[in-house]
Amino acid sequence: MKKEITVTINGEAHTVEVEPRLLLVHLIREQLSMTGTHIGCDTSSCGACTILVDGKSIKSCTMLAIQADGKSIITVEGLATVEGLHPLQEGFKENHGLHCGFCTPGMMLRAVELLEKNPNPTEEEIRWGISGNLCRCTGYNNIVKAIQYAGAKIRGEELPSTEPEFV
Amino acid sequence: MIPAPFEYDAPATLDEAIALLEKHGDEAKILAGGHSLIPMMKLRFASPEHLIDINNIPGLSYIKEEDGYLKIGAMTRESELEESEIIRSKYPIFTDASKLIADPQVRNMGTIGGNIAHGDAANDHPAVMLALKAEVVATGPGGQRVIPIDEFFYGFYMTALQPNEILTEIRIPSVGAGTGNAYHKLERKVGDYATAGVAAQIAVDADGICTYAGIGLTNVNATPLRAARSEEALVGKKLTEETIAAAAQAASEDCNPSTDLRGSEEYKRSMVRVLVKRMINKATDRI
Repeated sequence: MKKEITVTINGEAHTVEVEPRLLLVHLIREQLSMTGTHIGCDTSSCGACTILVDGKSIKSCTMLAIQADGKSIITVEGLATVEGLHPLQEGFKENHGLHCGFCTPGMMLRAVELLEKNPNPTEEEIRWGISGNLCRCTGYNNIVKAIQYAGAKIRGEELPSTEPEFV
Repeated sequence: MIPAPFEYDAPATLDEAIALLEKHGDEAKILAGGHSLIPMMKLRFASPEHLIDINNIPGLSYIKEEDGYLKIGAMTRESELEESEIIRSKYPIFTDASKLIADPQVRNMGTIGGNIAHGDAANDHPAVMLALKAEVVATGPGGQRVIPIDEFFYGFYMTALQPNEILTEIRIPSVGAGTGNAYHKLERKVGDYATAGVAAQIAVDADGICTYAGIGLTNVNATPLRAARSEEALVGKKLTEETIAAAAQAASEDCNPSTDLRGSEEYKRSMVRVLVKRMINKATDRI
């Protein structure tokens, strides 16, 4: 039996009818047509579907849409503002933190919470912090640099060099 | 992958949740963090007709020291355990374990109560509970019932919880001076279940004699396993290299691992031996 729920996504309230078994990622992508949140493994392993629910990064393939009733969600579509890109988006752009881009929305949403809890993480803390997000292109180095760049930008410090390293 | 259809309730109180369990019996499952249950439902390994979501019930998430116990609410998330100051300073075994459970996003959802109530020998908290000689509190229509951890795990995904009961609290006897604990699991990659995992809590007196040993093993038996002979090999003795080696050997003999993707039986026994030794040493170093 369908139930009516209200979910706020990127500041906008959506009242929808959902079957209890509908997964949150399917509500976002298929019913609400926001396709920035990706489905990768569908088994809560890869992190491509990561979004923020009440500020916490979660894998939306393993949460029921009905569980999000009354909650506030941020997806990748909600990162940029009228003033411009979010520091993480800028960091990924400047540091070549993506190749195919499939993992990128999930990586960035995960990094939002990581930087909120720990504004100046070490490289090791970043690597552990994104251990639930798989990237098959970059080898992660540029993702780590992108998050370090965003951290510096959020802290208002001098931005690290975005020159590529040749090793 | 989409789960089979089910009815869903999200009660606001424990009494309502228990009333729903009474009504639906075996056909209902409790939804806590959902990160074991929802994947099983997606794979149709589980098809409950009713889900009772207890995430909206207040008062089930806390970490406090009271009446000689560390009390942890069943809905406390793994990430809350990781960040807790009481845990970090006095019960580092939980920090060891939580860090190794799945990944940060899963730990934002996964709960300690769910990890135990699921009854999976591959989960990490059960071995920790064995090492700490914990008790779990089950709440049912008749009120609360306290179950010692040694009477909790029955078999593969089977626990002492009745169909009308909810695991609501975990109680750990407070640690005194001279006590240390540690957990580690060997995993192939982040998010994997343990190839083998070992939890140890050790206490020694002023003369260096071991007065308490608790050793629990992850994923090397049908149920979470207490390494009883290893504990006996330690208590009443000085923790010399030989004593620790004997305890480690006993655990490797007494576990029952099966050969699978993660390694052969022989390899797993060998890893149990190595990890028991390391965790006894690490727990002792933390005293």
